[in-house]
Amino acid sequence: METVHAVEFRGITKRFGDVIANNNVNLYLDRGVVMSLLGENGSGKTTLMNMLSGIYYPDEGQILIDGKPVTIRSPKDAYSYGIGMIHQHFKLVEVFTAAENIVLGLETEGRLDRKQINRKVSEIASKYGFDIDPAKKIHDMSVSEKQTVEIIKVLYRGADILILDEPTAVLTPQETAKLFDVIRAMKADGKAIIIITHKLNEVKEISDVVAIMRKGEHIATAHTNSVSETDMTEMMVGRKVELSIRREEPVNIKPRLTVANLTCRNSEGIKKLSNVGFVAYGGEILGVAGIAGSGQKELLEAIAGLRRIESGSIIYSPEGRTTMDLVGMSPTDIKDAGVALAFVPEDRLGMGLVGSMGMTDNMLLRNWNAKKGLVIDKSESKKMAESIFTELEVVAPSIDYPVRKLSGGNVQKVLVGREIASSPSVFMSAYAVRGLDINTSYIIYELMAKQKDRGCAVIYVGEDLDVLLSLCDRIMVLCDGKVNAIVDARVTTKEEIGLLMTSHDKKESQ
Amino acid sequence: MEKKPFVRIAKRENASYLSAWLIRLLAFVLALILGGIVFMCAGANPISAYKTIIEGSLGKAHRIRQTVKVAIPLLGTAVALAPCFRMKYWNCGAEGQITMGAVGASFFAIYFGAKWPSVLLLPIMGLAGIVFGALWSLLPAIFKARWGTNETLFTLMLNYIAIGIVAWLQGGPWEGMPGSQIIPTFKESAVLPSVLGVHCGWIMVLILMFFMYFYLNFTKHGYEVAVLGESENTARYAGMKVRTIILRTALLSGAISGLVGFMVCSGTDQTLFANVANGVGFTAITIAWLSQLNPFAMLIISMMLAILSKGSSALQSSLSVPASVSGIMTGILLMTLLGCEFFINYRLIFNFKKEVL
Repeated sequence: METVHAVEFRGITKRFGDVIANNNVNLYLDRGVVMSLLGENGSGKTTLMNMLSGIYYPDEGQILIDGKPVTIRSPKDAYSYGIGMIHQHFKLVEVFTAAENIVLGLETEGRLDRKQINRKVSEIASKYGFDIDPAKKIHDMSVSEKQTVEIIKVLYRGADILILDEPTAVLTPQETAKLFDVIRAMKADGKAIIIITHKLNEVKEISDVVAIMRKGEHIATAHTNSVSETDMTEMMVGRKVELSIRREEPVNIKPRLTVANLTCRNSEGIKKLSNVGFVAYGGEILGVAGIAGSGQKELLEAIAGLRRIESGSIIYSPEGRTTMDLVGMSPTDIKDAGVALAFVPEDRLGMGLVGSMGMTDNMLLRNWNAKKGLVIDKSESKKMAESIFTELEVVAPSIDYPVRKLSGGNVQKVLVGREIASSPSVFMSAYAVRGLDINTSYIIYELMAKQKDRGCAVIYVGEDLDVLLSLCDRIMVLCDGKVNAIVDARVTTKEEIGLLMTSHDKKESQ
Repeated sequence: MEKKPFVRIAKRENASYLSAWLIRLLAFVLALILGGIVFMCAGANPISAYKTIIEGSLGKAHRIRQTVKVAIPLLGTAVALAPCFRMKYWNCGAEGQITMGAVGASFFAIYFGAKWPSVLLLPIMGLAGIVFGALWSLLPAIFKARWGTNETLFTLMLNYIAIGIVAWLQGGPWEGMPGSQIIPTFKESAVLPSVLGVHCGWIMVLILMFFMYFYLNFTKHGYEVAVLGESENTARYAGMKVRTIILRTALLSGAISGLVGFMVCSGTDQTLFANVANGVGFTAITIAWLSQLNPFAMLIISMMLAILSKGSSALQSSLSVPASVSGIMTGILLMTLLGCEFFINYRLIFNFKKEVL
């Protein structure tokens, strides 16, 4: 069969040291087709795509574009073959306008002709149904607008093979729908499109074929409408996985944390939280939804004593003891007051853990000051590290191996394991499953459900609305640092939350 | 078939301990070869040049003593810098902290040298060195902790102020013979006693070396410094007092540098002059880096640099090669030893053969 494909990978192998990221991958894609590249973290999806877009170079094998073998040594080479990648983390200059970012790096003769650029940008936009203002500065843009700029950037360079790395991870349901319309328009225009994703329902919705990767190998390619979500998961993970999140009816719930009129600013003096108020009950999971940067991070950090609070109160009501206000307390004060507050921050290696240290020394972060004296006692931490190592099945050469070198899932097991080990009465986590594979994600959900069973107040900041809806008891929707609504997770819908995330007029429910 | 890239860089995941040291050894050999070329350019036979360096620095007992004397402040100051660098607080002000420590010690040597006995005077001089060095180091640390100023520039600039202060003392209030611009030699009571022919500073720096190893690895302070060096947010998350840690660490570092200043003026020079630190504060940065903040490695590197420096003076007198080649050799060593870390962490893959599909 000598059909010519838009893109073909032949026997691609890529190693990083001893790790085989891609092993003999054979895969092809045709024009006018949307392909989903599905796989757990570390299955080699992104590595494969990075080789197509010129960031890595394969150790073995050959990439063919339109049937011709090509050598792609840099992103520039990739562009010359019409390949453009939209990365998960945007690579834009914040102080430049959309148009300036779009032409950045293009070597054109003579002056920068803004009019012509704007015209061409508008042309592309109207052709595929984008909504964009070429003169708007990036820092004034929402996440979805920034993504639009990234996509137009590659289209402007004439790309007809597009790679989108987890494009919907940061979008609301409404924005996702809009993006999918654009993708369909591009497909109709004969472009070949690859979407890297984790979300099975989106695979079904947008793509024609799905290629599944596992442990660096290409497992199968199938027509999307001929495989079920269960089949896909099984191929991804390599065995059957129970895809349900346990959620018991909350019993015997008691107010644990009562936050009222909480206002605080970030280091630049911008108000990130204004008059936030809610009650977190012991024995339930309170979800926090909102588009990225709506104040989720600031809220958790304020409660944890890591952020200066301008006004408001955070009343902690322990069982059988008098209540206390946590405002103005440092993390040490909170601990000394006997509040078992566990916090799994968003920035795992930049706040929750020390990347260059092993598990033992990372356990020490929570009890380094527990004993008097100048000499540090590591024996407790060592025991704790050993028990987390076996109980949560952390994959690491040893408990002294730098956690930075562990995979994302194992890093998170170390962090969550340590926080749970303190038998918390309040457990807060931000994006606890971001970047984690399915299996580990479900382990983390179950760990949180267990905390709820224990009577702990769990606050879960999440981005995957499907998960929020099936894990939490109530969901608080933040928008621009304000509480837009607190809804019952058992009756609300994804669309309702999506709307609450973006609408600025306060709605009353519940 | 299009051409492949000729060379690619790949990360080495688990470089073995042995191969890492083999690479470092190769880097050292490379430094010797490069140094040999320098000697040849200067008109000397490389083999005899290296022989002269070794003989000139270690050939006789008194030469060894001289070399150790050079190594003492180098080791002491590198040890002083270790906690700062572990915290990623780039203290470039050891030079000034040594100088100010020497000023503090000299004050007592000059005004009380004739009045107090050694047993009283020397501890007070040492203490004064510690206090002066610590305070000189505290100043930029306060600014860093309070307002987040850049410590690199701040500490660096303070060096020149310290040196300027000594120059003023030399020509002003502490001047011996009017017009001489020289501070008179200390009285016998203000001079550090010798042990095994070298002033007893060597015992102090060895103790400091063991102390620092223990401090960095087995104390709460050491842990705090390591966490803070990795990430300020993590330190705050763990409930550490970031400002206190910065101030305390800078103080400790300055105190040790100040003590070194005392050793140099009391033990080696037996007087005070503007160039009392003699670049030790900067060379110590090199040593701290080369030893990757391991105090025991600092001992080896300090000795190595001291041998080079003493040996080069011998080179000048016997082979009439300028002594400044020791600076060139130090530079070459620094380049190869730091550069080889790249080859420990990465490997190069060359494409010699054409691949066939």
